[in-house]
Amino acid sequence: MHYLFTHLDSAWSLTLIHLRLSLVPVLLGLLIAVPVGALVWRHVMLRRLTTLAASIIFTIPSLALFVVLPLIIPTRILDEANVIIALTLYTTALLVRAVPEALDAVPAHVRDAAAAVGYTRIGQLLKVELPLSIPVLTAGLRVVAVTNISMVAVGSVIGIGGLGTWFTEGYQSDKSDQIVAGIVAIFVLAVIIDVLILLAGRLITPWARKTKAAA
Amino acid sequence: MNFLQQALDYIFTAGNWTGKAGLGARIIEHLQYTGVAVAVSVLIAVPIGLAIGHTGRGSFLVVTAVNALRALPTLGVLLLAVLLWGLGLLPPTVALTLLAVPPLLAGTYSGIANVDPKITDAARAMGMSGRQVLTRVELPNALPLILGGLRTATLQVVATATVAAYASLGGLGRYLIDGIKIRQFYLALVGALMVTALALLLDGLLAMVVWASLPGTGRLRRRLPQPLLDDEVRLDAGQSGRTPDYNPGGPSPTVEGW
Repeated sequence: MHYLFTHLDSAWSLTLIHLRLSLVPVLLGLLIAVPVGALVWRHVMLRRLTTLAASIIFTIPSLALFVVLPLIIPTRILDEANVIIALTLYTTALLVRAVPEALDAVPAHVRDAAAAVGYTRIGQLLKVELPLSIPVLTAGLRVVAVTNISMVAVGSVIGIGGLGTWFTEGYQSDKSDQIVAGIVAIFVLAVIIDVLILLAGRLITPWARKTKAAA
Repeated sequence: MNFLQQALDYIFTAGNWTGKAGLGARIIEHLQYTGVAVAVSVLIAVPIGLAIGHTGRGSFLVVTAVNALRALPTLGVLLLAVLLWGLGLLPPTVALTLLAVPPLLAGTYSGIANVDPKITDAARAMGMSGRQVLTRVELPNALPLILGGLRTATLQVVATATVAAYASLGGLGRYLIDGIKIRQFYLALVGALMVTALALLLDGLLAMVVWASLPGTGRLRRRLPQPLLDDEVRLDAGQSGRTPDYNPGGPSPTVEGW
């Protein structure tokens, strides 16, 4: 722990790298998964295929993907892009299953009401069904963000790991204090991001609070 | 594609499978880390999940513990454990157990907590004790979710056990780490392909187990009595006015008979 307070400067710059590596994939994954999830939602076959593809992607170990990606796509082997692309794949794989499930959970009477007041199918999806699925999506995003933050640390094994660099450095120079500092820093970072996503989710769904208060 | 060719050549050469550092030995080491860690986390997470799900007390604790453990970086815990306790089975077991507990705990807890209260009420009304309700009603109904948790846990542990190699331990991660270290990337690819294959294989097997465990389908053909209580409730509701044969002394014959 002492290490953390004596190295606040490098802690800050590593935290920024760590956040970039873990949260850019969350944003990219969200941007891919929501449209794709909404598109395949009504098509049984497409949805099954997406679920299958997502499960297979999820089975590939992260460290393996970090190493294999540069052999498939034109990135250099020790490039940040590999970590970002790999984590984007995981994020997308997890969210693309959550989106149709969240849409399923919209009650039938809400759908009927939306159709009755004259929403088109696309309008209904954008203005009624997707907003109502935000709480389920937020739950998925929290899991993904926290998992990514702890997965980025694994990247330090191949030289790109944000705060995980303290693990490999501490291990090589036999400094358990540095490793503990890294664990604490990553843990705190994950908890802060988790709470922020939770609060953001509540902020953009004010109706959830109102119905709870009314009930 | 050159790397891929080299890696496949390596995998399909029989000589690379034997010996102390051969693929065979590495797979066994990998499965050993995985097996021990998953077994230990089952012993920790399942009883806690059963107790909290059954009593409904301490649910907040489960949610907090699951989220907190998920935020713990496995690599850091592993390297710290190696520095503290030296090489051996203990460091990977501790690190991977901490990784496997959250999905198992979440699966067990939500499996038990989400059993339809109508079913447990009916079981209680028929005179089952708390323990009988847990083992004969809640557990079989929660089994798919518990095994789903086991599936997720195993998958994450198999994938993450690769980092053990960074701490000079064995397992399939050796190919990944050594391959990068000596810049022979086809070796790293060998490790990546083998770990992915192992993960897909284990995941497929566990997916079949989850499918077999769906309650009421008889897919497991267990000797345990099948608690098809909701069917009986429906049956009784259809024959209102008639009191079912009921012997308050012994166990309910209909439940045992199934």
